[in-house]
Amino acid sequence: MLFALREVTYRRGGRVILPALTVALEEGMTALVGPSGAGKSTLLRLLNRLADPDGGTIHYRGRDVRDYDVLELRREIALVPQLPALLPGSVAENVAYGPGLCGRECELDRALALAGLDSAFAERSAKQLSVGEQQRVMLARALALEPAVLLLDEPTAALDERSRDAVERTLLELHTRVSAAIIVVTHDQGQARRLGDRVLVLDGGCIQQQPQAVTA
Amino acid sequence: MATIHLGVGQVAASLALVGVAALVSVWQQADLEGDIVVATVRSFIQLTAIGYVIKVIFEQNNLAFVAALLAVMVLFGALTARHRARRVPHAFWPLLLALALAGASTLLLVVALGVFKPQARYLVPVGGMVIGNAMTAAAVALNRLGDDVADGAAQIEATLALGATASQAMRPLLRRSLRSGMIPLIDSTKTTGLIFFPGTMVGMLLAGATPINAVRLQLILLYVLLGSVALAALTSVHVAYRNFFTEAHQLRELPQASA
Repeated sequence: MLFALREVTYRRGGRVILPALTVALEEGMTALVGPSGAGKSTLLRLLNRLADPDGGTIHYRGRDVRDYDVLELRREIALVPQLPALLPGSVAENVAYGPGLCGRECELDRALALAGLDSAFAERSAKQLSVGEQQRVMLARALALEPAVLLLDEPTAALDERSRDAVERTLLELHTRVSAAIIVVTHDQGQARRLGDRVLVLDGGCIQQQPQAVTA
Repeated sequence: MATIHLGVGQVAASLALVGVAALVSVWQQADLEGDIVVATVRSFIQLTAIGYVIKVIFEQNNLAFVAALLAVMVLFGALTARHRARRVPHAFWPLLLALALAGASTLLLVVALGVFKPQARYLVPVGGMVIGNAMTAAAVALNRLGDDVADGAAQIEATLALGATASQAMRPLLRRSLRSGMIPLIDSTKTTGLIFFPGTMVGMLLAGATPINAVRLQLILLYVLLGSVALAALTSVHVAYRNFFTEAHQLRELPQASA
């Protein structure tokens, strides 16, 4: 079992976002689909401890997430947020930032290639890239940490259809090339079916449907 | 040094210029007449009161009284600056620490270096200037910090998500806030004498000091202020940013922005 959530409650700004969520998340690629405001992004934030629940427990590989060193946990469970938020500087500096924090070497070309970027991007200024390219740099930046779990929040929300298809191809290829479990959040049911080994529907902070294998 | 004596009549006469300010406000419908009256009355009461307090402290020349007066200034400075840093959670304590540290260390240093004698007549005015400038710098720095965290929350969280500590995620913002706090004084120090005459020098000249003495004292104060402002901005920013985060390097829910 990758993640086991029990009776997880979460409030923000006086609003209940997760009333009492109980769900198990497995290895492989899981697509989490639901309307906006359903609590999908919140769930990802709880998994890598950008926030903690008000009640209930979250276990990662059998241990409470709060028992891990929070910084190591975040490097192991890397989150790519919905909107690109790159640091000023070059693409290479951005990608090397995470490994640099813990004194690790960064396999820059590999991370870029996995995210579907040519190594020529390395020296370009992060701020001068298109939104789609920035999103891929965000992905490369997370992959540079060689995480065990990759959390992707609406990876194609800001993209046009063509770029979206390209990112989906990148993610499917990534799934075959790295051993990391992937949890991808999307509001697009079609995308969830295309990407997920399993699809979970989250609405109003509750799982509407038990995970089921997607049959081709 | 010759001293000058001013009567109440001369102060009253200068109110004519306040009348000019009020007329401009009424004529141009700037709606500042009320504020001008409040500012005039408050400055009269506050300065007269502090004048008598300082008179007593100078006569006693007791360092305990000096310390008590400066502590009150630090307290009021922190309370005032807090209003400028509304977006920083619990800004009062970092401000109090910053002003106290800037005031105490600056005064100790100038006394230790032999710049001023440890007497009430030096420590009170210099301390007041140091604390006042430290307050402005810390308030500007924390104001910037609060705005930058609110605007840059997504960037901060994206950095935290890579395993950065709160301190690492905040580094660029802390640098910018520190600069915001220090730049006004650095700029005014650069242009001093060219574009404006600072208050101390004006006061010394009016009081009959030689220009060279007035300039020397002004230079000492400007250099002392640069150090104290740097300390105040640095301390306030580096203590205050922690209030945005939990122990687990999580960005807290930000207080609602208010004007």
